[in-house]
Amino acid sequence: MAHPEDLAGGGGRPRFGLTASGTVSPVGLIAKILVLGVVAAIAVWGAFPLIDQERWLLLAILVAVTVLLFAVYLSPRHIPLKYLLPGTLFLIVFQIVPVIYTITTAFTNFGDAHRGSKQDAVTAVQAASVRQVPGSAQYLLTVAADGDPATGELAFLLTDPATGRSFLGTPDGLEDLSDDEVTRAANGRVTAAEGYTVLTVAQAGARSAAVSGLSVPTDSGAIKAQGLSRAFEGSPQQAYDAGCDCVRDATTGRTWTADDSVGYFVDAEGNNLAQGWKVNVGLRNFADVLTDPVIRGSFLSILLWNFAFAFGVVGLTFALGLLVAMALNSPDLRGQRIYRSLIILPYAMPAVAMLLVWRDMFNTDFGLINRLFGLDVNWFGDAWTARFAVLLVQLWLGYNYMFLVSTGALQAIPKELTEAASVDGATPAYAFRAITFPLLLVALAPLLISSFAFNFNNFSAIYLVSEGNPFPPDNPQAGATDILITYTYRLAFGGAGAEYGFAAAVSIFIFLIVAVVSILGFRRTHALEEIN
Amino acid sequence: MHRQLPKLRTAALLAAVTLLAAACGGGGGDEPAQQPAGGATSAASGGSLTIWADEVRSKSLSPLAKKFGEDNGVTVSLQSIPGDKLQAQFVTASQAGKAPDLVLGAHDWIGNLVQNGAIDPVQLTSEQSAGFNPLAIKGVTFDGQVYGIPYAVENLALFRNTELAPEAPATIDEMLKAGKALVAAGKTQEAVAWPSGPTGNPYHAYPFYTAGGGYLFGTTGDGDYDPKDLGLSKPEGQAAMANFAKYGEKGQGLFKRSITVDNDTALFTGKKTAFMVDGPWRVADLDKSGVKYDVSPVPGFTAGTPAKPFVGVQSMYVASKGKNKAVAQEFATNFFATEEVAVALYKADPRPPALTAALEAVATDSPTLQKFLDAGKDGDILPAIPEMATVWDPWGKAEAAIIGGADPAGATKAAATAIERQIK
Repeated sequence: MAHPEDLAGGGGRPRFGLTASGTVSPVGLIAKILVLGVVAAIAVWGAFPLIDQERWLLLAILVAVTVLLFAVYLSPRHIPLKYLLPGTLFLIVFQIVPVIYTITTAFTNFGDAHRGSKQDAVTAVQAASVRQVPGSAQYLLTVAADGDPATGELAFLLTDPATGRSFLGTPDGLEDLSDDEVTRAANGRVTAAEGYTVLTVAQAGARSAAVSGLSVPTDSGAIKAQGLSRAFEGSPQQAYDAGCDCVRDATTGRTWTADDSVGYFVDAEGNNLAQGWKVNVGLRNFADVLTDPVIRGSFLSILLWNFAFAFGVVGLTFALGLLVAMALNSPDLRGQRIYRSLIILPYAMPAVAMLLVWRDMFNTDFGLINRLFGLDVNWFGDAWTARFAVLLVQLWLGYNYMFLVSTGALQAIPKELTEAASVDGATPAYAFRAITFPLLLVALAPLLISSFAFNFNNFSAIYLVSEGNPFPPDNPQAGATDILITYTYRLAFGGAGAEYGFAAAVSIFIFLIVAVVSILGFRRTHALEEIN
Repeated sequence: MHRQLPKLRTAALLAAVTLLAAACGGGGGDEPAQQPAGGATSAASGGSLTIWADEVRSKSLSPLAKKFGEDNGVTVSLQSIPGDKLQAQFVTASQAGKAPDLVLGAHDWIGNLVQNGAIDPVQLTSEQSAGFNPLAIKGVTFDGQVYGIPYAVENLALFRNTELAPEAPATIDEMLKAGKALVAAGKTQEAVAWPSGPTGNPYHAYPFYTAGGGYLFGTTGDGDYDPKDLGLSKPEGQAAMANFAKYGEKGQGLFKRSITVDNDTALFTGKKTAFMVDGPWRVADLDKSGVKYDVSPVPGFTAGTPAKPFVGVQSMYVASKGKNKAVAQEFATNFFATEEVAVALYKADPRPPALTAALEAVATDSPTLQKFLDAGKDGDILPAIPEMATVWDPWGKAEAAIIGGADPAGATKAAATAIERQIK
């Protein structure tokens, strides 16, 4: 490869750099070439599976994006786009696509038993209903090929262990094999046959799909391989009939008619086959959320606690974090760094493990807390002690973060302001209230809002510590410490398997709540800035 | 200035192609590295076979799978997936067309795996089926079809510390009396470790529930569980649930919400209790601790009629959407279902083998093995129907609430209503 310097060098420097002035450094140019090379490599790497799966739309998007990237960065024009494009692409991939996916899922019944297409369900129903023909032989199987092991037409060399007779099975049917045509092992399994090459496991494995696909028709069904050394005569009991859009059982004659509103095959009594498919259910998931009696009965109390929890965690951690930050902010303090490191330490430990440790510390009989204080409190047995416990755990886990950001913000506030206030005769408390705190809030409000949004949906804080306990005896689904996300997790995944469609509908509702609160919060921040 | 533009484009393109080649080469080179350590590395042409199992079992199966691969010229790779995520990942991978060929799991997954079209029935010969513990075959049979190759059978039993309690108790009351006497004498801290936890534990509570006359699901004519017949909403079920109050925290104190599956073994190995109700998966820990213990059936309320635990079956399934189904079936039905494999799996994780021959082979090493089987011989197969998923959570909550002193009738009714509404 030619050195870029040779190409870029010479009299006039071309405008290929990332800088607006058009000057280019060799390092920048090399970096650009490398990055675009990686883009091209990723694009080609991503294209092959898409071509393989015939996903033409996605392939077109991939090609368009790659072309766009090259066009923008290889051209001296479109300077603003050079800055905007990566961010926009990441926004689309990591924010917009998941949101669109969640919204579209909310309109379907996607979940256990409804994951694939109707065709998948039909295939699964038929495959699950293949039964051995009663009284038929269980053959010893040898997989063979007519000629070359890799390309010759496949055939089954079968021995009925009960009679010792051998047969040749092909898609045309079953033929007798006379004793002088075959060589058999001690158990009767054919080891060689005239005109056929016996396949090894590896050779048969290389043609696995063909072996599984070969069926030797018989009067009452077909002989299929069960592995590579046994075969059985089976027939599907249930088959799909496109005429009536139903599945019919060959023996009992029962029929299950496709019902595209629920994605199941349903019989006359309303019983359905286990295997269903994904269908569009319109607004049903949203209607379920709004009309479910349990949700309606417990939603308000859960929502109130959810707000109390999120505000409580943010308020408590911020108060404690700020207090400690101010205490350690004094320049006269000795060992300041050690204190700070010690306080940040819990923040560096994995939260999930800490949550489980705390859960065990609250155990009534064996927990550290009851033992240490000589108490006999069933922490998760009473609504208020359980709420206290989860808040305490979050306080311990979260105040270090608030300490960290408060320390930073405190150090950014000019000392002159508070000094000037004290010269004017303000008490330190007044100076804090009138000067330091408002300035802190301006800097920290966005962090507090994002902390609120995070804690509003802090699944593991509840699920790993209290599991939503305690539950009222008359309602096993809505616990006193449940927040919306743990509650809906139980509804969507704790019951009849995973119900992604329903879960997506609930998450849209939660999104709306958090969005409203955040917008209100940011408005308030703007107001603060104006005061400032 | 613009003259040099094509040159630069060529350079960029060249760089891209070079990098691309490097990336592809790198990708190709990565592939063998991605084969987990357990995979056979024989230069195989017969395609590959991928098996998913949890951490313990993938380790124990690995050498055997390797042997199968070497003997047959097939590349076998074992992937270890955390046990609590295995089922969900398998279903998701099946849907995405990235399913393994075989998967190891508990038999109560079958209902969910079948409704998602993730596994195929397997056809065992009559002599193969006859070689298994009949309960194991019953467990892996769903809707009249056998779906898995069983390798271990497991159920709850009563562990007792033989130094503290030399005699196996015949009834629950006898056990509780002996346990309380030990606490009163200062020898232990807890009478019995029968896990329930703050949200209840229906799996562990089931023997107590059945001893009280309750049932979970009725059975249909052909012996399958009938989700429409829920025992919790029947008078027998309510009476059995009321026993949790009688023996709960405000009653006899047999059950405590502070005792969970996370701390019961520590209580037992720490000699803080003489009795523990748990399963064979605890044996390895107990043996390591050096506590002298014995195993007996979970007692019932009257002598001679032990409580019925759930019987679970660990088995291997053939994925519907595996790439190499013929070899996968061969592995499952003709290699995995052999004594040698069952013994090796037993040695890695001592749960009673489902294959009778394997059980006999290892029974002499472990005297407790037969005792587990005896404890489970009248047990009920853990329902594999998908509706079972709706039962655990509400039932456990009701159990915990009643143990804590809630009104048994109200809590049981609430649980039954919640379950029935989800079954529909």
